[in-house]
Amino acid sequence: MIEIDIEKKFPQIELRVKLDVENGSFVAVSGNSGSGKTTLLRILSGLEEARGVIRVDEDTWLDNKTYKAPQLREIGFVFQDYALFPNMTVEENLLYVKKDKSLAKELLEIVELSEFKDRYPQNLSGGQKQRVALARAMMSRPKILILDEPLSALDSSMRKKLQDEILILHKKFNTTSFLVSHDVSEIYRMCDRVVVLDSGKIIKDGTPKEVLLKTSGSQKFSFEGELLEVVKADVIYVAIIAIARQIVEIVISKDEAEKLQVGQKVRVGTKAFAPEIFV
Amino acid sequence: MIDFTPFMLSFKLAFVTTVILFVVSLPLSWYLANTTSKIKPFLETITALPIVLPPSVLGFYLLWALSGNSVVGQFFEDNFGISLVFNFTGLVIASCFYSLPFMVQPLQGGFESLNKNMLEASYLAGKSRLITLLRVAMPNIKPSLLSAIIVTFAHTVGEFGVVLMIGGSIPNETKVASVAIYEMVEVMDYENAHIYSAIMLSMSFVVLLSVYLFNRSYKKRIGV
Repeated sequence: MIEIDIEKKFPQIELRVKLDVENGSFVAVSGNSGSGKTTLLRILSGLEEARGVIRVDEDTWLDNKTYKAPQLREIGFVFQDYALFPNMTVEENLLYVKKDKSLAKELLEIVELSEFKDRYPQNLSGGQKQRVALARAMMSRPKILILDEPLSALDSSMRKKLQDEILILHKKFNTTSFLVSHDVSEIYRMCDRVVVLDSGKIIKDGTPKEVLLKTSGSQKFSFEGELLEVVKADVIYVAIIAIARQIVEIVISKDEAEKLQVGQKVRVGTKAFAPEIFV
Repeated sequence: MIDFTPFMLSFKLAFVTTVILFVVSLPLSWYLANTTSKIKPFLETITALPIVLPPSVLGFYLLWALSGNSVVGQFFEDNFGISLVFNFTGLVIASCFYSLPFMVQPLQGGFESLNKNMLEASYLAGKSRLITLLRVAMPNIKPSLLSAIIVTFAHTVGEFGVVLMIGGSIPNETKVASVAIYEMVEVMDYENAHIYSAIMLSMSFVVLLSVYLFNRSYKKRIGV
């Protein structure tokens, strides 16, 4: 059990979070930028100071007389920018954490980088670098794995691959994992709990299904998108809207066209029909 | 026949100064690069002072602080029987003050340019600040290390005002190359002044060129 009850004041926001996490769970931490997600996880790892209490199992990491140094917290941290050591090869990056050749070999096999073990980080692609960073984070067999937007710089096929590898490692090493992410599908696939922060406070906390399914499972579609353009075609108006990675055209009335502004966030929905799934 | 003793003395002085300053400046610049303490600007100002102060001002204060009449000078005379001015020891002390910024500033700049997440990754891997400094920070600022060492060495070889005030011009003891050239010009021995100056000029050129060439190839290699 991880018990977090911390507060930290900043000029713009005040971070106040109380959170209990079961061992072995996979928690997504979501929210707008500046909501305090990264700060919360940096406080958990001891990289930033804060007031309050952090307890992990029977061990106190933080209270008003204790501050356990990051070196002693047994945390695996994967940074968005990889943060590999450029002066060491892939294998040396892992062995720096712990001189355990067989564990390094095993981890490199899981992330499919065994043949790259003698390369230097600057000769790897972004996805490969992040897999090295992931393997390196597991070298200390951490109790807690923290992933700070690890996949946001990668393309979708590489994301999926890494998501799988993260899940394998999470289960194999029985870690409690925290993932900072904005990607709804990623959270849905990987996590069993979602915590949404806003201005330093938890505003939602539940399973991905409860938090993410906005239409509560009814037979309706509703997508958020951005209005790119309104085009007049003869007597009708067509709104061109970007939803995820698709562009769609929706016929709208003159009144609607006058109310809408380009760049606006809109919801596109439809009611009363039976959807089919095409494969 | 040219007397090379002043050159040997210059190099010996520069070597000893560089070694001492490297050892002293590593922890100092590592601290300055990582601290957010209020005293940081004051420490930075003190280390940068020798750049802006006239060598005569620095030399005067050092002379005042180290001479047999001062507390420090008196202490060393009474306890160790050594004088700190007008000898080689005095030159080393003076040079360490004079060349300090040329060692600290490149090192601090190098440490500050490092990816902070990379250092944090090392701490989270259970490594202390010292291990992180030796195994992660230093190997990744090789150009800064080289610049700091070479420029400190070269700058010490090139100093004149401070050594003249602290050391005078005692042959085989404090008469370094720059002081020797000054004296040659004073007695109108232009031939030897030319030779000495040409040697200084060409050596400085070669040293600086090798630093820049190394940095260029290093940057190419790590793909910056």
